[in-house]
Amino acid sequence: MSRNPPQTLTLEPGRTAKNYWRDLYHYRELFLILAWRDVIVRYKQTAAGAAWALIQPLMSIIIMTVIFHLLAGVPAPNGTPYAIMVCAAMLPWQFFSNALSLASQSVVGNANLISKIYFPRMIVPASSIVVSLVDFLVACSILIGLMLYYQYWPTWRIIVLPPLILLAVVAALGPGLIITALTVRYRDFRMIIPFIVQFGMYVCPVGMSSDFIHDKLIEKLGIGLGTKFFMIYSLNPMVGVIDGFRWAILGNSSVFYWPGFAASVGLTFVLLFIGIHYFRKTERAFADVI
Amino acid sequence: MSHPQTIIRVENLSKLYVLGKSGGSEGFRHAFQDFVTAPFRWVKNLSAKSGNRAGGAPEKKSATDFWALKNVSFEIKQGEVVGVIGRNGAGKSTLLKILSRITEQTEGRVQITGRVASLLEVGTGFHPELTGRENIFLNGSILGMSRQEIREKFDEIVAFAEVEKFLDTPVKRYSSGMYVRLAFAVAAHLEPEILIVDEVLAVGDAQFQKKCLGKMQEVAKGGRTVLFVSHNMGTVTSLCTRAIWMASGKVHRTGPVRELVNDYLSKGTASDYQTVDLKDIPRPSYVHDNRLRLESIEWLNETPLKHGEPAEVLVRFTINSPVEGVSVGIGFSTIEGTRLLSYDTDFQGDPRPDLAQPKTYSVKIAIDSLPLGPAIYALDVGCRSGDTHALDYLPSVVQMEVIPGPKTPGCIVRQDAGVRFTCRCTWD
Repeated sequence: MSRNPPQTLTLEPGRTAKNYWRDLYHYRELFLILAWRDVIVRYKQTAAGAAWALIQPLMSIIIMTVIFHLLAGVPAPNGTPYAIMVCAAMLPWQFFSNALSLASQSVVGNANLISKIYFPRMIVPASSIVVSLVDFLVACSILIGLMLYYQYWPTWRIIVLPPLILLAVVAALGPGLIITALTVRYRDFRMIIPFIVQFGMYVCPVGMSSDFIHDKLIEKLGIGLGTKFFMIYSLNPMVGVIDGFRWAILGNSSVFYWPGFAASVGLTFVLLFIGIHYFRKTERAFADVI
Repeated sequence: MSHPQTIIRVENLSKLYVLGKSGGSEGFRHAFQDFVTAPFRWVKNLSAKSGNRAGGAPEKKSATDFWALKNVSFEIKQGEVVGVIGRNGAGKSTLLKILSRITEQTEGRVQITGRVASLLEVGTGFHPELTGRENIFLNGSILGMSRQEIREKFDEIVAFAEVEKFLDTPVKRYSSGMYVRLAFAVAAHLEPEILIVDEVLAVGDAQFQKKCLGKMQEVAKGGRTVLFVSHNMGTVTSLCTRAIWMASGKVHRTGPVRELVNDYLSKGTASDYQTVDLKDIPRPSYVHDNRLRLESIEWLNETPLKHGEPAEVLVRFTINSPVEGVSVGIGFSTIEGTRLLSYDTDFQGDPRPDLAQPKTYSVKIAIDSLPLGPAIYALDVGCRSGDTHALDYLPSVVQMEVIPGPKTPGCIVRQDAGVRFTCRCTWD
């Protein structure tokens, strides 16, 4: 009995552990190992292996470039190859959509763990976001490849990329937690995610730049209404992330719209807050409803 | 230590389940409504400052309310090994789930002092694609070991599981025996202050079960506090010092293990499963035939069944439309579902009647001398037409306890499930 006096834990209804965040920290090793498991398992018994993380975004970039640039004639911003512009948006978008789909499945997919072992449930969707992040980092080699191919060099702005990646993680985590918690109770959300992902690609400025959308809105609606609509459009958390990525990667050819970015980041954090709140509220019943 | 410390204190613990409301049926509309109106409710709650914040679901008193636990209170002192016994549905598992924080109680309070590890299942979180080595680390950290701890115990775990040669093979290629051994080996090397165990010894072959039992005894003697749920009274008696007897969500009695187990076996089981209604029990998906439905089974002798004694069971079934060549059978399986013993009405060329008239029939199956050793078995009931066509089949409808009969020798009273015959013999 040389140890420190052991901690006393009190369980009461409605009080999911006062020390939620300390608990979360305490379970960091489980979080890492679950993330490690998901990463390892993702490409097991696939012939192409991790190449899948490249193939999907690469094909999408090619299709987007062909359709929007070559066929529809959307102009590239001055001096930037269209493919690089699409790539700068496709990478964070794919990260976001992957994270959302994986997270929404994560708790249901780990039902056997949830119903047999206690741990802060948040680490399950969080670890699936790590998987998407690893995919994203692998896919970044597409960007490097394109830059080498077009001999297009980034400016100093590239150094803000890491914080922007962090922003993308936050942008995925908030909605991810909400969707995850809802999927546990209502499996309907499994059907909804593919829609969100499919629509989202067109709703977000992936295939074209926000500038282009901004200009088109003003052209069609006039300056007052157009700006208002663009502001609403910018609320989308992924618009902020994508614009940020383009700003960091494309250098001077990308125009940056600060109010939109601020609104987008603001909403990102609001969603994160709601996500955490809602997830914590529902997670204590997970084992009962799963 | 003259005054062992109270390690687990449970006060008025209750858990309410609302049956038939498990989400799916409510669907998206409800979820959406719930989600959208949440902020308004929140504001309303804030302004009303009412104490009763029920969270998302509106509070409705419903006929489907089910109290899995009601006002359960007890204390467990440091170093005690306590067995929790009771029928299925007595609330044992719910209790363990609350203590291991998997689910939250509706009312009441629990205080636990020390590091808890709960073992509600062997091999929780094992991933079939990962290798044995990887799964040891995965499962270990899921059970709450640190990576450092796992590394230190790694060789011991591997040796205990006897899987050295297959460490780098994905566990999906393991035999079920190896899988279970590896899983238990990880769990057996946990060193928490409090261990909560549910029925996990019912795995593996007899030899490995012995080994597990030995390991558990070691843990129990090592001064750790253990809370142990099992249907196997032999294991409970040999491991525990004290028992908590649960019945319909309440603590029925607590006391020394031997006394409780004896009383439990002598009256706890009687009449509970004398008759089992089969009508509303869901069938496996491969049973499609509606011509015949099993209605009920009724034991004509006293239950629990006794080893070596005769038994008689009446099986009732309804014919909806004509069926030819009907036979009825009952089977006894281990809790994990391995069939040990079957009785069929047609095995020695006995006639299989053609039943044309729609009505309820019954057949009496008589067993001269039940060869099953004392343990818990799952009862399977089925009906066939001809050799292969399953008319109705209900695997594991109830768990049947078999207790020692008057002629059962002491050597098999403890532990070993299985078929135990006596043979005709000649001594020289």
